[in-house]
Amino acid sequence: MSGLATPYLTLAAILFCIGLYGALSKKNAVIVLLSVELMLNAVNLNLVAFSKLGVHPGLTGQIFSLFTITVAAAEVAVGIAILIAYYRSRGTTNVNEMDSMKR
Amino acid sequence: MVSAYSQYAWLIPLFPLLSFLILTAVGRQLRDAGAYISIVSVFVSFVLSLLVFWERLGGQVEDYTWNNLQWLRLGDVTLTMGFEVTNLNALMLVIVTLVSLLVNIYSSGYMHGDERINVFFAYISLFTFSMLGLVISANLLELYIFWELVGVCSFLLVGFWYFKPEARAAARKAFIVTRIGDVGLFIAILLLFWFMPNHALDFSSIHNAFSGGEMPAGLTTLIAILIFVGAIGKSGQFPLHTWLPDAMEGPTPISALIHAATMVAAGVYLVARTFDIFAASPAALGVVAFIGAFTAIFAATIGTAQNDIKRVLAYSTVSQLGYMMMALGIGTAAAMTAGIFHLFTHAFFKALLFLGAGSVIHAVHTQNIHEMGGLGGRMKITAWTFGIGALALSGIFPLSGFWSKDAILSEAYRHNQALFWIGLIAAFFTAFYMSRLFFLVFAGKPRSSAEAHESPMSMTLPLIVLAVLAVAAGFAFTPFNPWLGEWLVGHTEGEHANWLVIVLSNLVGLLGIGLGYLVYVKRTVPADAISSRAPWLYRLLERKFYIDELYQTVIVRPLQGLGHLLTLFDVYVVDGAVRLASYAATGLGRAGSRLQNGQVQTYGLATLLGLVILVLALAGRRFINFG
Repeated sequence: MSGLATPYLTLAAILFCIGLYGALSKKNAVIVLLSVELMLNAVNLNLVAFSKLGVHPGLTGQIFSLFTITVAAAEVAVGIAILIAYYRSRGTTNVNEMDSMKR
Repeated sequence: MVSAYSQYAWLIPLFPLLSFLILTAVGRQLRDAGAYISIVSVFVSFVLSLLVFWERLGGQVEDYTWNNLQWLRLGDVTLTMGFEVTNLNALMLVIVTLVSLLVNIYSSGYMHGDERINVFFAYISLFTFSMLGLVISANLLELYIFWELVGVCSFLLVGFWYFKPEARAAARKAFIVTRIGDVGLFIAILLLFWFMPNHALDFSSIHNAFSGGEMPAGLTTLIAILIFVGAIGKSGQFPLHTWLPDAMEGPTPISALIHAATMVAAGVYLVARTFDIFAASPAALGVVAFIGAFTAIFAATIGTAQNDIKRVLAYSTVSQLGYMMMALGIGTAAAMTAGIFHLFTHAFFKALLFLGAGSVIHAVHTQNIHEMGGLGGRMKITAWTFGIGALALSGIFPLSGFWSKDAILSEAYRHNQALFWIGLIAAFFTAFYMSRLFFLVFAGKPRSSAEAHESPMSMTLPLIVLAVLAVAAGFAFTPFNPWLGEWLVGHTEGEHANWLVIVLSNLVGLLGIGLGYLVYVKRTVPADAISSRAPWLYRLLERKFYIDELYQTVIVRPLQGLGHLLTLFDVYVVDGAVRLASYAATGLGRAGSRLQNGQVQTYGLATLLGLVILVLALAGRRFINFG
């Protein structure tokens, strides 16, 4: 593998870490959702980078990332819908207060 | 002749067992009927024993042995249970059931009003069952089981009034001290099991092995001594005698039944039963004879300085058991007969004395003989019967104690002069402390304010029966009528009337009584003649030669110290390790539960950390493999 993919992979890693940090530390549920999207996109970036510059270049990775984007859009729609429902019933979007599973 | 009744002898112990089971199961509901159940069951056993005894008296009935109940299989060896009826057993059966019956009747009066009276009768029934089982056991292991059972009953009954701390302490002491002896007996049984041909433990095999001289001499002596250690513990011989006087904390009928007539005689019975082993080892016989003789004189001297009516009798029991052991230790068939005969007569007159003492205690509510006095006029039956018992114990012609003591002394005279003189001196002390006891309690002026009056019929009737026996039982075996000897050991070795011994033993007895009369009635000899001149001697006797104190410092204290050390070890090391483990587990659990806080981000972090550790581990492994 040539070093051409390294910048893409580095960018994806940075993006993934930012997303992970956000998902684990932010108190607002909306930002947590956004962070999850960041991580997904880092993964997409990897897929595309490997499909173009990997050992066996091909279209598979790019098509796969298209599917992922679609699924992520659906997932975000569902997530936002749950969050809105939650906000209506509890009046908050603070992740720290979402511990009713334990109680 | 075929035995008609002997084969049903196994029924004899079952009736008291039945009574024990009934009283334990429904004793609370029975109230006053409990005593009758116990009395009736023992009465049935007594009648059966009499039938067996009568049948064997008739003549040449062979010994009946049934030893076929398979109990335990160990490889090729089968341990069996069964029963055996010999002449010795039949005699013991009658003694045990008769004394037990009388004590049961007596107790129904003595214990009247005690709210745990049915528990009391349940224990007595259990004891009678165990004692009868011990007597008819066909092998040593079975005997050992019943041996421990009577020990348990003794423990339960000594501690019957468990709310008294002394009774609790006495019960513990009785149990622990006799256990020391029991360990000896158990080792002896193990040795026998190991070395006997076919691992047989039944008495007929033991008889064959040891009388045939098949066993090595050293081993025989060892086994004999170990069996004797068991007998020492049970029969209160020196140096394990200390529990018997303390056991007087129990109810008085118990002292009469267990600690005078039957259980303490079990040691003597054991030695007689395994006599073949002792007969094969002169050294063991010597030990038996000298421990017995020493105990006889040792306990008799202590008896002269005790002030508790029951303790005087207890030391007297220890001393008389010493007599029996001494007789067995002489080793001839005639001497053994004499020892068993003394057991037989002693059971009656000592039970009589204890029951008489119980009657006195019942009347004046004290056990200190210096607080009694003048009871003879008000308690005529008790005084007369007690007097007969005392004379019999002192060995005065023609009461039963005279004949049995004379049989022992004349055998001792023929075979071992030293034993004879020791026995004679002990007889003097015996007569002296009995006359001291009798005169202090029944003669003179009353020294207590209590209104003493005669005990009820249920208590005086057994006294009268026992008094008759204490007079008459002696004629079973006299120098002029030696049938008991023939009957018991199977061959005629007629006792020779030894006039010197007869005269001497009577003289010594009368001398002791006379001295007691002079000191405690006429008061021509002051009672403190010795205690004022040699206070150390009196203190020595009163403190029982400081044996208890010696054991306290030499054995009990160090063991208690060791116990404390072990407690510390247990608390800090053993418990510490357990607590450490439990703290670790709870700490881990607490940390885990803190993690489970319902925050999805915490779970995410934990998952991430887990992943990182996993990756690091995998990478590290690869790194190490390549490195």
